[in-house]
This record gives sequence, structure tokens and C-alpha cells, in this order.
Amino acid sequence: MKRKHKRLTFVAIALALLGAAAALMLNAFEDNIVFFYSPTELATKQVTPKQRLRIGGLVVEDSIEKPGEAVTTFDVTDNTNILKVSFMGILPDLFREGQGVVAEGHLIDGVFQADEVLAKHDENYMPPEVAEALKKSGDWKETDGKEGTAK
Amino acid sequence: MIAELGHFALILGMFIAITQSIIPMVGAHRGNQAWIDSCVPTALVQFALAMIAFASLTYLYIVSDFSVLNVYQNSHTDKPMLYKISGVWGNHEGSLLLWVVILGAFGAAVAVMGRNLPPALRARVLSVQAMIAVGFYLFMLLTSNPFDRLIPAPLNGSDLNPLLQDPGLAFHPPMLYLGYVGFSMAFSFAIAALIEGRVDAAWARWVRPWTLAAWLFLTGGIVLGSWWAYYELGWGGWWFWDPVENASFMPWLAGTALLHSATVVEKRDTLKGWTVLLAIVTFSLSLLGTFLVRSGVLTSVHAFATDPARGLYILIMLIVVIGGSLALFAWRGPQLKSTGVFRPISREGALLFNNLVMTTAAAAVLLGTLYPLFIDAVGGGKISVGPPFFNAVFLPLMIPMIMAMAVGPLLNWKRSDLKPALTRLWAAFLATTVIIGITLYAYSDAPVFAVIGMGIAAWLGVGTLVELAERIKLFRVSGAESVRRFLRIPRATWGMTFAHFGMAVAIAGMSGAGGWKVESIQVMSPGESVLVSGYEYTFKGVTTGNGPNYSYTSSVFTVAKDGKEIATLHPEKRTYNVSQRPTTEAAIHTLFTGDLYAVIGDRDPQVPGGYVTRLYFNPLVAWMWVGTIIMILGSLISLSDRRHRVGAPKRHRQQAAAMA
Repeated sequence: MKRKHKRLTFVAIALALLGAAAALMLNAFEDNIVFFYSPTELATKQVTPKQRLRIGGLVVEDSIEKPGEAVTTFDVTDNTNILKVSFMGILPDLFREGQGVVAEGHLIDGVFQADEVLAKHDENYMPPEVAEALKKSGDWKETDGKEGTAK
Repeated sequence: MIAELGHFALILGMFIAITQSIIPMVGAHRGNQAWIDSCVPTALVQFALAMIAFASLTYLYIVSDFSVLNVYQNSHTDKPMLYKISGVWGNHEGSLLLWVVILGAFGAAVAVMGRNLPPALRARVLSVQAMIAVGFYLFMLLTSNPFDRLIPAPLNGSDLNPLLQDPGLAFHPPMLYLGYVGFSMAFSFAIAALIEGRVDAAWARWVRPWTLAAWLFLTGGIVLGSWWAYYELGWGGWWFWDPVENASFMPWLAGTALLHSATVVEKRDTLKGWTVLLAIVTFSLSLLGTFLVRSGVLTSVHAFATDPARGLYILIMLIVVIGGSLALFAWRGPQLKSTGVFRPISREGALLFNNLVMTTAAAAVLLGTLYPLFIDAVGGGKISVGPPFFNAVFLPLMIPMIMAMAVGPLLNWKRSDLKPALTRLWAAFLATTVIIGITLYAYSDAPVFAVIGMGIAAWLGVGTLVELAERIKLFRVSGAESVRRFLRIPRATWGMTFAHFGMAVAIAGMSGAGGWKVESIQVMSPGESVLVSGYEYTFKGVTTGNGPNYSYTSSVFTVAKDGKEIATLHPEKRTYNVSQRPTTEAAIHTLFTGDLYAVIGDRDPQVPGGYVTRLYFNPLVAWMWVGTIIMILGSLISLSDRRHRVGAPKRHRQQAAAMA
């Protein structure tokens, strides 16, 4: 085989690999992308219970309840709208009232059934989506984010 | 006073680094020997200054000098000594200082051990190293000075994030950084080679051990982080395809490719341009990793508070480094002539195949990680790309590669034939079929990827052993002859055997843990039992007490199998006194077949004495850790090979001269 042919073989293999990767990715993107909505955005959107979503905002003070076995419910707000969230399991260590939270799950009958509540490693951390959702509803104090700059 | 000393050392270090980045480079260009030689003292002094700064900060932490902002924010007098010291790098500023120290250490190593390098090459390498160092010195001095004062000094500190007060995480950042920064060596060598327009076997013999060392540390760092997440976060998971994790995984993928292509350059004098490009890409991904972790542009489960101004600085640095080096590559790359030719079916071909898959996989991970940023930038809304995406893309890409991993070592250099290699792998075929058969028989509802994973783990594991048997001609020559051959296998080859075998063990672990994890969440009161995957967990109750700087609620679980008690678990919930932050300490009992894993949550007010508990059976998790240890052991053995020991090229030359 000539040097040129050899090279062509590898170019062909590389292209085939890239093609396969691209196909896999397009396919995976279609099914596995999760959109983030603030409670206000969610109120205006039509979502089916099948659709996997991320929501985020601040946990409303005094809204945490434990209605059933290992189930916790709490309200999440962007200071315009409120969304009720239900979660079964052990909440992350840094889950607190009045703090930012991001949860992933499905919206069923107006209640967000979360199967994952994102943990933070640092209590000064504010998820960027939550910060933006709060900014949009005009209730963002610069100090909220600045607290963390020292870290 | 000590803080000022450290600060001053940093400023001085930066100026030395500026000198080191200019004088030797210009000297090498002009052929001025004195300027070329200046790279050695500058590299040593620069390292010494970085060490002084680091030692100063460490001292400030040890004596708890809270007039320094950084110490105040991350330390406390009650903190155990280990975490006072690990607190030095457990924060943004300190971790950057660690970066610079490690970078300086690598530079000093080249200065001291590189006497046998061509002087101009060494000068250029050290000069490029110094340029990277300048970037980081400037970053620290402009945006993140660890020695900022806090006046008046508070009485006590605000303590280190409790999650970081853990032995696993005390050593995770230094290991990871040794890996990231280690790749800067390959990068500097690549840039120097581009400037000189020459890459030869001696170059590769230099780059390979450095790359291998970096790879070893990066592997160790990633696994320590994963292990920490597994036992400290209490979710029973070990890999979440989170942006921060991907940030360390992308350089690993590229670095693995680099390791293999450097072998080809050394042995066969070909794939030069590609290797240089990989070196640039690997280090660029390391920088990108630092950027992603430190800028907070992506929502991460592992995110710590961040500062956009810092992100902007790293972004600019990223553009300069990546843009500059790729432009240099485009300009000078075509000059790197390769002499070795080979056919697609050959050892080189297999290694190149590995390279192509690894880089494709790294690109896929990169795209998935950055995709939310693109979509947001074009106004497509906020999205996240999670584990299902990465599993759907990454895992299929790995299957052909791991199949090729068993075949590649059996092929000859230059030209080979697939058929005899595959014939020799009959034992691996058999093992794969048997394992897949058993798995399907025992768990008919098993996830397809777990079954394939077990199959390819068997293929790779047995395939690696087949290669070893071939090498010593087992059963084809006398036993004594086989032993003699066994003892004469070069250590670099043992490195490959260990690394590939360790990979097989790790893949089996990942498949098991991913495919057959059993989780059970419930409220339990004392005396109650729950059956998890055949293991009966009984909750015995809780006790409370105080640790050195925290209070805890400790619980007792007994685990029985078939009525026989096999383990007692003590999961804890701690609340740290200063920050009042709670942490979860999962209890893990490792068995050969899997981990018994228990986490205790909050009290349930409705059930008397009831606590929320999370119980798992995580199959084969320990295999992952053991597999990685085998891989790391392999790299250590390979590094100890005389041929690859730093300084070996000189000895070779002397021997050759003596023989002549």
C-alpha cells in the first residue's frame, strides 16, 4: 500500500469515527437534554408529565414539610411565582430554607416531583440559573452573589 | 511579616519567570551560550521563590494567623493539623499557588536532570514553562492574592468547608494538579520542538516519562475525587458526568492518547505532528479544566463559590495559550517529517486507532460539557446535559477501542496480520462468551451496557494475559525457558500489561456498579429491618457525641446474609461547630461482590425514634479502585524502566560511543 493510501485509510477511519460520534450525539441530544425553567417560566409553559425538567429558585422560608415516609415537600420561588416540589430521599446536606436550589424531575399535576436535588459543596454558591431567574424577576441583590467572591 | 515575605516572593518569582521566559528563548535563537545557560539558575530560583511563598502560606495556616484573609476564610484553631495544612490548597488562591509551585518543581527538574538535553532545546522548554508560570503569577497577583491582609484580625477563622475536611480530598487537589501541570512538560517540549522544527526519538524518550508521570497523577487524582464523592457525598454514586468531573476527564483521555502516540514516535519515528498536536491539546484541556472549575460558568454538583473576574482572566489566558500554540503548530507543524511507514493493520495502526477514538471521545465530552453554554449564548434557553447523554455517546465509542486494546499488543510493528492475532485470542473469545452467558442467565433483566461491559472486561483481561503468555511462549517452549523469558520482559512492557489488565478490572467494576446497584430509601425505627439485594440491614439506633470540631449523630446498622451477621455499619451525620454545616459520613463495608453502603438522614418527626435511611448494595465498586491501583502500579513499573528513566538517552549514547 502506498503512503498516500495508508493515510487515506486513517482519514477514512477518523471520519467514520467522527460520523458515528456525531450520530450518537445528535441522537442523544434529542432525548437527553434537560431544560431549566424558573417557576415563572414554568407557569407560562405547557409541559407534559413525561418531560424531564430542571427547576430552580429560592426555597421559601417555613415551607418544608414531611408529609410521608421519607418524603419532603417545599416551595421554590423566584419571588414572582411559587412552585411546590416533592422529593423522596435524603436531601443534600446544604439544603436550607431561603437558599438557592436546583432540582431535576417531572411536573405532575402542578407539583414538581423531583428525583434529584442538586447538592452544593459550598453554602455561598448560587447556581447560575437561579441567579439569573432571580435577576429576571428583578429581585437580585448584588450581595447575594458577592458573598461568594471571597472563596 | 511572613505574609509580606510570601507576597514579596511571589512578585519576585514573577519577575524571574519573565526573565526566564525571554532570555533563554532569545539566546537559543541567537546561539548565545550565556543566555542559553541562564535558563538553569532562573528556573531554580523561580522554584525556590514559589516554595518560599508556599511555605509562608503553610506557616500562616499552621499558626492560624487570621490577619490574613485567606487563612481567616478557610481555617480555624480547632481544626486538626492535617486539615490546617490541606486547607492551604483547599481554596482558590492556595490552589493556584500550588499550581505555580508544581510548575516550578517540574521546571527545576528539567533544569537539574536535563543536562544531557541539547542545551538549546532545554532553554526553549524552560522558557515556555516560564511563560505559563508568568500567566499564573499574574493571575494570582491581580485577582487572587493568597496573602491579602484582613485588618483588624478576627479572633478565629470561619473554618474550612467541612466537606473538604477529609483525607480523600486533602490529597485529591495536589494529585490532580500534578497531573494537569505535568502535561505542561509535554506541552513545553512540543512548543520547543515546533520552534526548532525537529522531533526525534530522543525527544520522545524525554516526553514519554513526563507524560506518563502526569498521567499517573491525573489518574490517581480523578480516582481519589471519585472515591471521595462515593463515600462522602452519600449518594452511592461515583461518577456523575458533571462538568467539573469532565474537566479532569478530558485531559485524561487526551493524555492517554498522547502516551500511546509518544511510544510510536520513540519506536518508529512517525506520527510526529500528531503527537505534538496531542501534547498541545492535552495541556489546553488541562487549562480548560481549571477554567471550568474556577469560573463557575456551568452549574455543577461540585461547584464552589466563584468569581466571574477570575473566569475572564483564565478565559483570556486560555485563548492566548491555545490560539498561540495552535497557530504555531499550523505554521511550523508541516516541517516535522516522519520517516517510518506502516500499514493500517500494525501496532502503529492499532495505537493510532486508540488515538482517534480517545480524541473523538474527548471531543464528545467537551461538546456535551460546553453545549449548555452555546445554547445559552444563542438564546436557546437554559439547558443541562446529563449522564444519559454522556452514557449514550461515550460508552458506544469505548467498545471498539477496548476490543482493539486486546488485539493491538499482539500485532507487529510496521505490518501485521489480523487473523493470527485473533486466532491467538481464542481464550479471550471463550471467556467473553462465558461471562456474557452467565450474566444473561443470572440477570435476564440486566441493562445491556452492563452485560457488554462485563463481556469486554473479560475480553480485555484475558486478552492481556494471552499477550503475556505469547511473550513468554508459554507451553510452546520448556518451562524454564518461559521463566527466563518472563524475567526478561522489559519493565515498560510490564507497565502496559498491568495498565491494560487494571483497566479490565476497572471496567468490570464500573459495569457492575452501574448495572446492578440496588437502592432503598425509607424511614426506619430502631429494631426494624430492610432487605436490600439479599442483605438484611437492621437499624439498631443512634448515639450522639462530639468530634474535634464537630458534633455527630452516629447510628448502628447490622447487616446479615441468610441469617448470619456479616457486618456492622456506623453511618454518621456531623454538624461542624463553626460553620454549622452538616455533612454525611456514609458507612461502607466492602465485600468481594460489592459494597454494603448505609447513610443516615434526618429524624422523621412522625415516627418515634425514626430516621430516614438510605441503604445500598453497590456491586463490584471495589474492583474499580483495585483496577485503578493496578493501572497506577503499571505506570510506576514502567517509569522505573531504565530505558525511560530520565537521563537515559545520555547513557545510551555513551554506551554506543564506548562500543564504537
